Amino acid sequence: MKAYHLFRKDLFSEIRNRYAINSLAMFIIVTISVILFSVGEETISDYLSGGLYWVVVFFTGMSGLARVFVSEEERGTTLTLQLIARPETVLSGKLIFNLVLTLAMNIVITFLYSALFPAFVIKSLMLFFITFILGTLGIAISSTIIAAIISKAGSKGTLYPVLSFPILLPLILILINLTKISMDGTPFGEAIMDVLFLASYDVVMLSVSYLLFDFIWKD
Amino acid sequence: MSYVIIAGISFPIVEKPEAWYHFPLIPGLGENAKIIFFHVPTAWITVLAFLMSTIFSIKYLRKKDLDDDGKSQTALELGMVFCILATVTGAVWAKFTWGEYWSWDPRQTSIFALLLIYGALFALRSAVENEEKRATLSAVYSIIAFVTVPFFVFIMPRIMKGLHPGSADDTNAGPVVNFKMNSNMYLVFVLSVVAFTILYFWMWRVGSRSLNIKEKLLKNYR
Repeated sequence: MKAYHLFRKDLFSEIRNRYAINSLAMFIIVTISVILFSVGEETISDYLSGGLYWVVVFFTGMSGLARVFVSEEERGTTLTLQLIARPETVLSGKLIFNLVLTLAMNIVITFLYSALFPAFVIKSLMLFFITFILGTLGIAISSTIIAAIISKAGSKGTLYPVLSFPILLPLILILINLTKISMDGTPFGEAIMDVLFLASYDVVMLSVSYLLFDFIWKD
Repeated sequence: MSYVIIAGISFPIVEKPEAWYHFPLIPGLGENAKIIFFHVPTAWITVLAFLMSTIFSIKYLRKKDLDDDGKSQTALELGMVFCILATVTGAVWAKFTWGEYWSWDPRQTSIFALLLIYGALFALRSAVENEEKRATLSAVYSIIAFVTVPFFVFIMPRIMKGLHPGSADDTNAGPVVNFKMNSNMYLVFVLSVVAFTILYFWMWRVGSRSLNIKEKLLKNYR
């Protein structure tokens, strides 16, 4: 069994019941409208809108990204999956699925957000694009491995953001910083240090996930 | 005690006895600087306890010995206490030197992240009933958390602008301890770090042994 097959299986079952997609879509609307209501008549500054963008991304991700592993536990299909696939394959398949989900989510958020917040104007698009891609990767990787831990722990819902936040914090801080920089219109060369930091986070989390997934997966 | 006697005898004999109790303060900090004897050791113990907990987590994952999990848990509990102490002493120091209790300096952010990680680990531990599963999951999580800690503790404070010594915009390019301390102050500082480390290891040994005994008693009771 290849990672691709696992991804296809997850995709089909997701298309059939649309649980994660629905909850993600609703959460995007909820979070953005809460921010819009709380802003009210005030005008928010450029930098603040850049930071709030990642707040929306974080909370939306927390609502739906745990599904990949939790759904297996709920359906009771974990044992079958342990029999027919190696742990690395399972992780790869789930990772690809979460990556696609996070990417779709972030694209929707970006378009909706830039339509609703006039202050959210990116001057250096290239830098923001790279930030966006590396950030999406980081969020997908970290949330997948935390989802695996959560699915094996008893209480699923509340623990997920609690465990994810400290792990995602360095990523979010640097993403907010990079978004600020790209709003100023800084060329790519000047922000290379932060981008490298972001890339190293992704690589470190990816390798740690593959190293440790065995221990979580095997009962 | 014998050191004290020797010091007392040699005090009138040596050439410049004033130098012994000469205690100049760090310029720019004044009397505030004295909290360094508590703040830096507690922050150091926080990281040390987390390192030890991770080492025992790795040991547990290799050998599946629940003893290692107990040791890791004791280190975590002590680390949490010292983390709170470091945060509080840091906030007090910040109030009197920088003017505010909390200003999201990169190092303050990093100690906050450590507090969050400790809290998350306790939340995870309390959520799982099965002993082995709890040990495995918390070991995995503490290793994942440990690889993100370098981002906070070592990289971010140095590339971001901040108020702590050693930040990116700091012209001194190094911690205060290296060159601004008088030799007497430095001696007290080092002694304090060593004493806190010894205290930590003593507490850790007592804690892990009592946890061990508790487990054995519970087993016999059942």
